[in-house]
Amino acid sequence: MQPNNQTAGAAPELAKIEVENLNRSSFLVRGMLAAGALYGTAAVSPMVRKAFGRASMGDIDILNYALTLEYLEAAFYEGAAKTPGLSKEVAGYVKTFGAEEQEHVDALTATITDLGGTPVKAPKADFGDAFTSAEKLIPLAITFEDVGVSAYNGAAPEIESKTLLATAGGIVQVEARHASTIRFAAGEDPSPEAFDPTMTQDEVLKAVQPYVES
Amino acid sequence: MRRIARDPVSRRRFFAISGGTGAAGALLAACGDDDDMSSTASPSTPADDEMASQFGEGDLGIVNYALTLEYLEAAFYADVAKSGLFKGDDQALIEQIGQAEQEHVDALTATAKQLGGQPAKEPKAQFPLDDAASVLKLAATVENLGAAAYLGQAASIESPEVLAAALSIHSVEGRHAAVLNVLNGKPPTPDGAFAKPADMQTVLDSVQPFLA
Repeated sequence: MQPNNQTAGAAPELAKIEVENLNRSSFLVRGMLAAGALYGTAAVSPMVRKAFGRASMGDIDILNYALTLEYLEAAFYEGAAKTPGLSKEVAGYVKTFGAEEQEHVDALTATITDLGGTPVKAPKADFGDAFTSAEKLIPLAITFEDVGVSAYNGAAPEIESKTLLATAGGIVQVEARHASTIRFAAGEDPSPEAFDPTMTQDEVLKAVQPYVES
Repeated sequence: MRRIARDPVSRRRFFAISGGTGAAGALLAACGDDDDMSSTASPSTPADDEMASQFGEGDLGIVNYALTLEYLEAAFYADVAKSGLFKGDDQALIEQIGQAEQEHVDALTATAKQLGGQPAKEPKAQFPLDDAASVLKLAATVENLGAAAYLGQAASIESPEVLAAALSIHSVEGRHAAVLNVLNGKPPTPDGAFAKPADMQTVLDSVQPFLA
């Protein structure tokens, strides 16, 4: 497999400048594009202002919730890269997916700031002995990605701003792609259900609690 | 061996949550060209209107659009499963994905009815099934397109219940797409960290060659 788009992983500072050929606020630019698709590009600027002006505390809370999960995922893959005995295939996924989670962190952080909110700090993560072998690493990777999918799917209908909803959709699809790819590489069913289950925020936080230092 | 799971529970949950609000007032408007920032497309072009009338308006229109795509996917996998081109794990994967697409068809049909509408009819379709390699490539194309199609509609769905259901299908299409990309030697996340949406016209143009 050809790992793609490793800009952010190779040079984190570049992620702020070029993400998917868009500028720093990739999240915002993509949001503007989505707004253009919805309301006509002539209406983008006022539309984006309106959408973001309308974004409630609820949206910022949801973005911070997503940011917390993305921080954990990014930290997980950063540690995972040091795991001995990974196949070339899985090592490639760890590198690519880790860079993508870091892009999610950067985009969510920028968006929360742009909305006038305060981005949460990175939680202190503790993944135990997950990075000692592929056998320990992979089940945890699957858990994080599956939980990520269920978390976004559970929270997305609560998002007020259609602009943010569209961008959250673009992230959750990537989380789903990560989940199925790692499952498949491990010989597991890539898509165990015809409808991905959703999880509430409480369920998600409970699921990740063992990996967060209190 | 891969676990081939069937989950009747999640399907029931879909039916339970998809009985939401009606489709009043919504327009099928997510048909703009999101690659062209300089365009001055109006919110409702004649092409939009044509598509809206093809599938109906609002959430019902989006559900019927999705149903049409799921019908095509289910028919494709049913044909592939019968083709004899695959065996072992690959055949099992194809059957499982086909089963999921059929469940999507069933659920969307029920949802269209719950919204008080007429479910879209199954389109007549034909797919080239020449050899395993080209079929796998087509499968990846279909799944990536399907995932992008759902993503392109997400912000247009009015009912939170229909949105929740669409999202739970959208991520499954993303899962399918990634695995098929891998089987084709392609990156599982070809758009990078942010998946790109596809508008209705792009999607319908892409599936046009397979409609009989």
